[in-house]
Formats: sequence, C-alpha cells, structure tokens
Amino acid sequence: MRRTLGRLAVHLVLALAAGTVLFPVYYAVVGAFMTPADLATYPPALIPHHLTTANFGAAARSVPLLRQYLNSAVVAGVITAAQLLTSILAAYALVFLPLRRPAAVFGIFLATLMVPWEAVIIPNYLTISGWGLGNTYFGLVLPFLASGFGTFMLRQSFRQFPAELRDAARIDGAGHWRFLWRILVPLNKPSLAAIAVYVFLSAWNQYFWPLIITRTAQMQTLQIGLSSLRVADSAAPGLILAGVLLSLLPTLALVVFGQRFIVRGLTAGAVR
Amino acid sequence: MPRPPSTTAPAARLGERALAWAFLLPSLAVFAVFLGYPLYRTFYLSAHANDLFGAPSRYVGLRHYTDLLGSAEFGRTLATTALFVLLTVVPGVIGALLLVLLLESRIRGVRVLRSAFALPFAFSVASAAVVFGVFYNPATGVLNGLLSHLGSGPVPWLTDRHHALLSVALATIWLNLGYNVLVLSAGIGSIAPEITEAARLDGASGWRLARSVTVPLLGPHLFFLVVVSTINALQSFGQINILTQGGPDGATRTLVYSVYEKAFAYGSSDFGAASAQAVVLLVVVLACTAVQFGLVERRVHYS
Repeated sequence: MRRTLGRLAVHLVLALAAGTVLFPVYYAVVGAFMTPADLATYPPALIPHHLTTANFGAAARSVPLLRQYLNSAVVAGVITAAQLLTSILAAYALVFLPLRRPAAVFGIFLATLMVPWEAVIIPNYLTISGWGLGNTYFGLVLPFLASGFGTFMLRQSFRQFPAELRDAARIDGAGHWRFLWRILVPLNKPSLAAIAVYVFLSAWNQYFWPLIITRTAQMQTLQIGLSSLRVADSAAPGLILAGVLLSLLPTLALVVFGQRFIVRGLTAGAVR
Repeated sequence: MPRPPSTTAPAARLGERALAWAFLLPSLAVFAVFLGYPLYRTFYLSAHANDLFGAPSRYVGLRHYTDLLGSAEFGRTLATTALFVLLTVVPGVIGALLLVLLLESRIRGVRVLRSAFALPFAFSVASAAVVFGVFYNPATGVLNGLLSHLGSGPVPWLTDRHHALLSVALATIWLNLGYNVLVLSAGIGSIAPEITEAARLDGASGWRLARSVTVPLLGPHLFFLVVVSTINALQSFGQINILTQGGPDGATRTLVYSVYEKAFAYGSSDFGAASAQAVVLLVVVLACTAVQFGLVERRVHYS
C-alpha cells in the first residue's frame, strides 16, 4: 500500500514538473496558431477556440522573417561546414603528423576554450568594422571559422583509430590526404555528426555578435528578428510566438532526432 | 598512444612537418586574429582613454580600473552579477538533480519524459526570452492570468526593481534546464549498474538510495555542472537585453550587460572603460575555469 502511494506521488510530481517545463514549448507552438481574440482574453486562453495561420503572415510583414531565416541558415551552415573542415585538418595534424611540440600546440586549442567571448567582443567588433565587413555575411561568420571544441573532440576520436588500419592504408600506398578523406573521415562519422549538431545549434542561436555587427533588418539573423518582433508588436503575442516557432523548427528537429549526438558532446561542449 | 618510430626518409619527414603546419594554419590564423589579438587589444584599450568615436587617444594606465574601484555603480553591477549567478545556478542544478532522480524510479514512460525534459535545449536565448516576455506581459500574460485565477493581484514581473532580476533568472533556469538534465542523466547512466543493484539488494530504495548512493556518485558531474552553469550565468546577455535592457533602474545590469552598455548601447562608444570591465569579466571567468581544471580535470584522463 505504501509502495503504491509512493509510486503515485512520484507520478504526480513528475507529471507536474513535465507540465511546468513543457508549458513554454506548448505555448510557443499553440500560441503561434491562436487568434488575437484568444490571446487577448483575460485570463488568457490556454486552449485555442479557433486555429489560424494569420500570425505567420503578419509576423513576416512586420519583420523580414524569410530573409532573416535565410541569413541564419547561411551563417549557421557556413560556420558549421568551416569548423568541421578546420577541425578535421587540425586534429589530423595533432594526431597523425609529426610536430615538434604537440602538447604545446594542443594547449593553444585548449586555451581557446577558456576565453569568454564577451571579453574580446569589443576588439573583434573594431576589427570587423575596420575591414568594412560590418553588416555583411563575412562579418557574421569570420570570427567563428575555427573551433577549439571541434578539434578537441576529433583529436579524442582520431587517437582511438586502430594503428593496424592506419598501417594497412599506408602499405596500400595511401598518402595522408587520401587516408584522411577516404578512410578516417568516413569512419568517424558519429563524432563529426556530434560536432556538427553542436556547432549548428550554437551558431543558429547566437545573439550578442549578430546584434552588434548587423545594422539593417535585411542582414539581421532570425534571433535578432525575434527580439525586434517583441519590440515592434508587444501587444500581439501571436506574431511573436509565430516567429519563435519558425526559429525553433531546425533546432527542435536536431534536439529530438539528434539527441544521442548531443549527449556525446555534452561535457566537452560545455567548455565554450 | 605512443607514436610508432618513423621509418620514412628525412626528406619525406620534412614534407610531413610542412603538411602539419599547413593543416594547423587555418585554425591558428582564426584564433590569432579573433582571440589572441583581441585579448591583447582588450588590455590595451582598457589602459587608454578614447575619443567620442571610441578611438584610443592617450595612455591612462590603470585609471579605468581605479575608476571602477571607486564607483558605487560598478559595485552594484558586481553584486547584481553575483546575485544572478546564485539565483540561476542553485535552483537550476538542484531542480535538474531532483528531476533526474525522479526519472530513476522505474516507471513507465520515463524515456519519453527524459527526452521531453531536454526540449528547452532547442530554444535559443532569444526565443526563450521572447516567450517569457509574452508570459510576463502585465496585462495579457499567462502568469498574471494564472495568479488572478488563484485570487492574487498582478505581479510587475519585469517593471519592478525587486522582481526583474528574479524574472530574468527564472527564464534562464528554464532555458538551461534541458542541458542540465542531459548532463546529469549522462552522469547517472555512467554509474555502474552493479553498484545500484547491490544497494537495492541491501534494501536501499527511493530517497535513501538517492541520498547515499546516487548523489555521492554523481559528485563530479554535479561539480562540473555548477562550474559550467556559473560561467554561463556570468556570460548571460541575450535574456537581459531582450527582457529588461538592464533595467528597471539598473536592477538587472550584470557585468556583461554593463560592458555592452558602455561599448555599444545608446550610441555609446566608451571602449576604454568597457574594456576595463571586460578584463574584470575575463578574470572572473578564468578563475572559475581554473577551479574546474584544478579540481576535476586532474581526475579525468584526456590522453
């Protein structure tokens, strides 16, 4: 009897916690389809009486959401591809190529993980503006083309690569370049996927840098567009939630379908 | 893994060294231009006065720092930052711990629930802040609506200096919950099942099992999470900028936000004073990282 009561209590607490934690997700999804009338009732309706898609059009008229969607996709896509490439090359050099002081070189990569980006944002702003790249795609992506995190993760998994396979490839006449792209990279897909998921999420979700480096709505990313929706239409929550839902589509997909990759990079990824 | 002795000829070896540097160059170049140089430059700017457009004009030594030491406003900024860290890290870690412990009880649907708790991870700081902004709306927000159902008056979530920091912290806790749950779930997953089984056979269950077996074994993960959450909280910017802009009356002006205000907000380009604050931020974050490396990484074997 006590056991059943205990289990019931656990169920109840978990259900309550799940309700609380998931409510913002629910509200972002459902609110995006609610009519202004439903959203403006006091107290607000939690379950819509009518569903509408008008919020999406209205949000896109208020802020160039489609263009900003494209901006975010380009920026996050380029950053992800570039970080994968630079990390693969760097990790390869650290593991498979002769270096005089490998520990010292690796130390540089580790050190980059410890610098809080906000502490160097002013000179970076001055550099990018000084090059005339403010408010451009280049300005948005250039500082993020390499990654201590990606190199760190790939070095870990390259080091576990069986030496026999490496030797076999060498005996077959595969040089470094062919060994890297034909054998090593295909066999390390899970690690690469984990890095790609992390890098894409953090690039897609960036806020501080795009805020200061862009000036026009046409060049802003979706995240900045969301905050301008809030300023422009604070009386129309439906528009804001529609914008939020659009911005969430790729990241929700990654979190739901890529969770095992996320868990892989969990503790390493935290040291940004 | 020791490198096998090379059998290649010296000439080929030279080529390999060149290749190594060619492979490292793209990464090192990005780090040099966008981390190394700006690190030096932040110190440089912090020791210079600047004109109205932010260009450094003359050397002032430590003056920006002594100004900060004597400034009551900066003292308040530091206190707000510390309070914000406390308000987000403690409930964020404890809440996540309780959730994963409850998820350990063998009930149906736990896997689905664990994935569900990770969903906030998909939210960016901007999307979470904007959604909470809708919740906090004094007239149409869900929270005040709920309170009025319960017979309580409306709460000025973001417009009152005594509530604003708490409200921003609440949004932050929610935003980080997904990550915290994932980390602690991974931690529990790494505990050898024999240990918990043995404890169960000894009659431990429920809270007793959690308190004397699971939580102590989670120690390193909890510690890691506390450090990482602290560093994250110190760097929080988006939610403050979107929800309160540091207000009302400076009640949510944290260190990072203060750097932003001095350097970029309202047409301000006071890069010298802002850089001095950025150096303070750098020192605080590096101190947290040092604590982490000193206490945890010693036990984690990287090579």
